[in-house]
Amino acid sequence: MNSTRLYEKYLLIHLKSMMQHKVSFLLTTIGQFLVSFNIFLGVRFMMDRFKEVKGFSYGEVLLCFSITLMAFTIAETIFRSLDTFETIIGNGEFDRILLRPRGSLFLVLCSKIELTRIGRLLQAVVMLIYGIYSSSIIWTPVRIMTVVLMIIGGVAVFAAIFLIFASICFFTLEGLEFMNIFTDGAREYGKYPIGIYGKTLLTICTYLVPFALFQYYPFLYLTGKTSDSWYSLLPLAACLFLIPAGLLWNFGLSRYQSTGS
Amino acid sequence: MKKYWSFFRIRFIHGLQYRAAALSGMVTQFVWGTMEILLFRAFYESAPQSFPMEFQALSTYIWLQQAFLALYMTWFWESELFHSITTGNVAYELCRPVRLYHMWFVRGLAVRLSKAVLRCMPILVFAWLLPAPYGLTLPGSFHTWFFTLLSMTLGLLFVVAFGMVVYISVFYTISSQGIKLIVTSLSEFLSGAIIPLPFLPDGIREFVNFLPFASAQNVPFRIFGGDLKGHDMYTSLLGQVFWLAVFLVIGQIMERNALKRVVIQGG
Repeated sequence: MNSTRLYEKYLLIHLKSMMQHKVSFLLTTIGQFLVSFNIFLGVRFMMDRFKEVKGFSYGEVLLCFSITLMAFTIAETIFRSLDTFETIIGNGEFDRILLRPRGSLFLVLCSKIELTRIGRLLQAVVMLIYGIYSSSIIWTPVRIMTVVLMIIGGVAVFAAIFLIFASICFFTLEGLEFMNIFTDGAREYGKYPIGIYGKTLLTICTYLVPFALFQYYPFLYLTGKTSDSWYSLLPLAACLFLIPAGLLWNFGLSRYQSTGS
Repeated sequence: MKKYWSFFRIRFIHGLQYRAAALSGMVTQFVWGTMEILLFRAFYESAPQSFPMEFQALSTYIWLQQAFLALYMTWFWESELFHSITTGNVAYELCRPVRLYHMWFVRGLAVRLSKAVLRCMPILVFAWLLPAPYGLTLPGSFHTWFFTLLSMTLGLLFVVAFGMVVYISVFYTISSQGIKLIVTSLSEFLSGAIIPLPFLPDGIREFVNFLPFASAQNVPFRIFGGDLKGHDMYTSLLGQVFWLAVFLVIGQIMERNALKRVVIQGG
């Protein structure tokens, strides 16, 4: 059985088990939706008062917000098991995974697929449509491709962060709460184009953690603030962030000595 | 009274043990505060005339919010309490010669205070050291300090009293999922945790100011920054007293009624 088929099987199992608790699933989904709806209201009211922020209009901000939210949500749905990796290590589940004849990372990803995030994804889709509709962007094939690349690049960056987070767990055996800055923080403040936060932060988000490569620079091209079409390819560069994350995972795995539980 | 004081001390000391969690929470809050201020600065630079409060007052609001997050977060629930109601373990609590409402109220206070005590000082000092419009500005008059402290106390008591209503409602609904969801999503925005209430559009803002949630962090933080003063301040303080009283009464009536008809199914 190849990996894709196996993943499909796991997906089906997760779906079935979730449908055993329909009310709970529904409530969690609504909850996801409402929490990010609050953030949307914040953006709405701020833009209502100020009309624009550093040259970005309401429609453009929504577009940026929806792309970040969508990338984060897709990444969280697939890679949620890495975000809660300390429990998998702590309860001995990871030791069982190591005994199976498949890649350990693959099996860890299969162990949890967080489908309740669909509430948030729905919101991202609605905002994306509204953003496309209300911003004055002239849509060309290149621009549409840019949006797709931004989402792919975003998923890759968030996946890399989750992977780094999990790799650190090999050494600390417990989660580090401050890593939330990079996941929840990026989701929370990625609602606006990163450039508005000032030069220092833009530099950090370009060279240290490449948020700006998938969010800010291609967005400049998308909204016509720059005509340099190379900017739309930068999300691919952001994907390179997966390489050091993967290396760290392998390093951590090679040093892993069970917790003994 | 003495037994409730002991409960408070036990819970408070228990809370103080989680120092590593507090340290990591502090790092998060530094970053959050900084990001929040950078964000508002971008708006300020885009259209300073649309800014509804002084930038200094806003910075002060944000830093106080980060420092005292534990006191006023309305999304924080002790799952142990919900759990004890749904599993019936609450029966053990009822055997004790103390009133459930008072005991849980004291517990709520202690948990929030212990979390806040561990985190607030470094954040406040750091914020105070920041350059002028971005840091925490201390008010000059004794008057302001006094009313901030008064208002902070009222706000904290209100948040705990509100939480009690939610905990006790689970006696009636059994499942805590729905109520937690609604309360968390509504109260966050309406209490001014997402954006400070003065930033809401006219019309909506007046309406939100009438709701109970405006009595939590909104009042003390704005008094301290000098944004809320004079007549408006006294009205807001009265509002805090009013909503605190309302929720204390509702909570106690609900508790009495729930305990009258509570059935513990053996086990």
